[in-house]
Amino acid sequence: MKVRRVEVLVVGGGAAGMAAAAAAAGAGAETVLLEREGNLGGVLEQCIHPGFGLHRYREELTGPEFSHRLRGELAGSGAEVLTEATVLELAPRGPRLLAAHPQGLTEFRPRAVVWAAGARERPFGALRIPGTRPAGIYTAGLAQRLLDIHGLLPGRRAVILGSGDIGLIMARRLHLEGVEVAAVLEIKPFPGGLLRNVVQCLSDFGIPLLLRHTVAEVHGRERLSGITVVEVDEAGRPLPGSGKFLACDTLVLSVGLIPENRLIEPLVPLDPWNRGPQVNARLQTELPWLFGAGNSLAVFDLVDTVAELGARAGAAAARYARGELSPARPVPLVRGENVLHLVPSFLVPGEPTTVYIRVPRPLPQARVSLGGVISKNHLGVRPTEMVEINLSPEALAELCRLPEVRVEVTPG
Amino acid sequence: MRIAVVGAGIVGALVARELCRYEAEVHLFERAPDVGWGVTKANSGIVHGGFHDRPGTLRARFCAPGSALFEELARELDFAFLRTGAWVLALSRVEVSVLEGLREQGEENGVPGLEILPREEVLAREPHVNPEVVAGLWAPTVGVTEPWQVAIAAVENAVANGLFLHLAQEVTGLEVSGGRVQAVVTPQGRYPVEAVINAAGLYADRIAEMVGLTEPRLFPRRGEYVLLDKAASGLVHSVLFPAPVGDSKGILVLPTVDGGVLLGPNAQDLPEGAREANETTGEGLEEVVAGAKRLVPELPLHQAIKTFAGLRPESPQQDFVLGPTQVKGFYQAAAMRSPGLTAAPQIARWLAHEVIAPELGLTRKAQFNPVRQGIPHPAELPPGEWEALIREDPSWGRVVCFCNRVTEGEILEAVRRGARSLDGVKFRTRAGFGRCQGGVCTDKILKILARELGREPEDVHLRGPGSPVVVGKVRP
Repeated sequence: MKVRRVEVLVVGGGAAGMAAAAAAAGAGAETVLLEREGNLGGVLEQCIHPGFGLHRYREELTGPEFSHRLRGELAGSGAEVLTEATVLELAPRGPRLLAAHPQGLTEFRPRAVVWAAGARERPFGALRIPGTRPAGIYTAGLAQRLLDIHGLLPGRRAVILGSGDIGLIMARRLHLEGVEVAAVLEIKPFPGGLLRNVVQCLSDFGIPLLLRHTVAEVHGRERLSGITVVEVDEAGRPLPGSGKFLACDTLVLSVGLIPENRLIEPLVPLDPWNRGPQVNARLQTELPWLFGAGNSLAVFDLVDTVAELGARAGAAAARYARGELSPARPVPLVRGENVLHLVPSFLVPGEPTTVYIRVPRPLPQARVSLGGVISKNHLGVRPTEMVEINLSPEALAELCRLPEVRVEVTPG
Repeated sequence: MRIAVVGAGIVGALVARELCRYEAEVHLFERAPDVGWGVTKANSGIVHGGFHDRPGTLRARFCAPGSALFEELARELDFAFLRTGAWVLALSRVEVSVLEGLREQGEENGVPGLEILPREEVLAREPHVNPEVVAGLWAPTVGVTEPWQVAIAAVENAVANGLFLHLAQEVTGLEVSGGRVQAVVTPQGRYPVEAVINAAGLYADRIAEMVGLTEPRLFPRRGEYVLLDKAASGLVHSVLFPAPVGDSKGILVLPTVDGGVLLGPNAQDLPEGAREANETTGEGLEEVVAGAKRLVPELPLHQAIKTFAGLRPESPQQDFVLGPTQVKGFYQAAAMRSPGLTAAPQIARWLAHEVIAPELGLTRKAQFNPVRQGIPHPAELPPGEWEALIREDPSWGRVVCFCNRVTEGEILEAVRRGARSLDGVKFRTRAGFGRCQGGVCTDKILKILARELGREPEDVHLRGPGSPVVVGKVRP
């Protein structure tokens, strides 16, 4: 088995990983990026719709275009890229990572690791929806890959369960390729995706969005023949007698993403709400050599944010690898009212920081407060759009004098 | 001498394999396009101890000896088997007397090692068990396996020893004359035979009717399950049973051989005709969860990755129907309700060596190789062995299913061994069996199957005909 010493090892070649590797190599660290798929880009490659890059590049790009830009930055950085390389083990002593590749196994001995493994989709089985188990049920990501990467039609008449952005995008993509989209179902009383996507993907094409509806049963023995749709009450319980049969041969699920942290889960504490590792403002975990980036930290709304966090994690990892990152006294950020996702988990004195906050429910008017030092009024805070708070050096210094910083979003 | 076995589930597969030890032309007929897709595919996968069965039944006679054969069988056929042991949990004083009854019954059935242990001992070994537990019956000979792998392995080994395998070939008639079975009829042809073994699972009654027999009488009993991801591994280390009520073993919590946790089954008796009704129900899944919570109150249900249901063939007598019949040459291995999986190896041996071979005057083959190599799973091999595989073919280094770390090499090998569908690949390699349930690898496996089988992607199926994964191309 090959043994390879390296300064910074980046796991994952999506937006976060590419930006991390480019930043680490750009800072002068010897950097290797491992990507399990045959090509870089991660989920960007299959997101052929526009809407990416407005923040990072001040342009509206498609997913592959955004990916192309990042690949350009990566190529110019001097980082080495290994595709079709799957990380199998991460041993904290060393640390050492074992990776499989069509050329053999390699043990990497890095000084710092950036974990940028992205997120995975919740499978159909997790929903425990009764009925048969026919062909024709896809996660949105799988349907998107079939359609946009392989040019294959998943079916003829589709229902989308879940109005997250991927579900909305897939409704439009399927419609544009001639698949009839019977409905998009959302169990909550509000859509799960960005408002602009509801308009541009559903309304513009006359695709019905049924709020407070879900799938009660799946029918069809070999191939899906239809579903039973039910209306639900505030608590998500089916309303008796509301069940209706809806014929379809395709059910596409957009029911949530889970940060992928299988290998680091035993090593560092995860934030139970973010479902990603707790990191400080340097994106450093409890293990000082391990950094987190992108959607494996928490699921973000925008790839621009993911790339930005990747770049910061990569730069910090390079500093660590070269012994330039002095130990910090972390100041915990703690959840108050109406905070679902919260990144980072700790502030670091002197470390420029943006705090990302996701609320669990829409609030027409809200006040976002950090430790009583920062207090901002926001109009229309929604779960689909994270609140971003940039900390000025002065505010950061003041917050870092507190034993902990309470983050809360109060209505009104 | 030509012998036909009807049904390539675990029972038919093991019977066919035993018969391949003799100088005979053995044919195995299966209506499904692959091996082990009926009752074998969807059950608890438990190798039972034998204490649940009333003495005097065929179940009691074949269960404990069958269970004892599993180490040897797993070694010969290279399938996963773990002798985990089991607890039957008493959650009240009254239930302790049920455990005592079970222990006595087990001892009468020849089940070794049964002991009733106090609450502290149960909780020390299974800390997640309901703290209200009063005592537990410990049964060290209970184990877990993947029943479909046993069937696949047995058929592969039988084919290597001369078996003729007929998949997607439903037996539609049996010819009898002079009180003796004469031929097997399928839509594809007529096969003159000297003997037929009825191992047709849920349809064994229909096969028996073809020769004029009224036994077995079958109705389907449905059991529903919830599967938890490997992240729940360690929740339980052995099979947990509730104290049984009547003839049902109840809803269990058990570890699977690959590190997951399985909850179930409930038991719903269905109308006689509902032989394909393997859908789950809302009430059923709730019943499973409630039953499992009784044993393990803190269930990590957010780690559920799959629900499924299986049908098992139940008969009014609640016992197997085995052996010779008044029709000469027609043998039963039918009504294989629980513990059918456990009993199967012993039934196969008994039927082949003590019943059929003497009656037909079969002689042993000069050479029979009992050993079958499973598909290598490099992620579980020492690095050196994995690297050797990669040197042979780089596809062994290309991971396709990330959840279960299944390589392209394994998928290609599964296709070489007969996988023709996504389920065919999944049940042979566990690709798509993990926490993302194929969300990430389905398209890749679809492409590999299309390429290897020389088919268009729309002609690759999830299971059998009528289950295409895609229906066409975006721009044909």
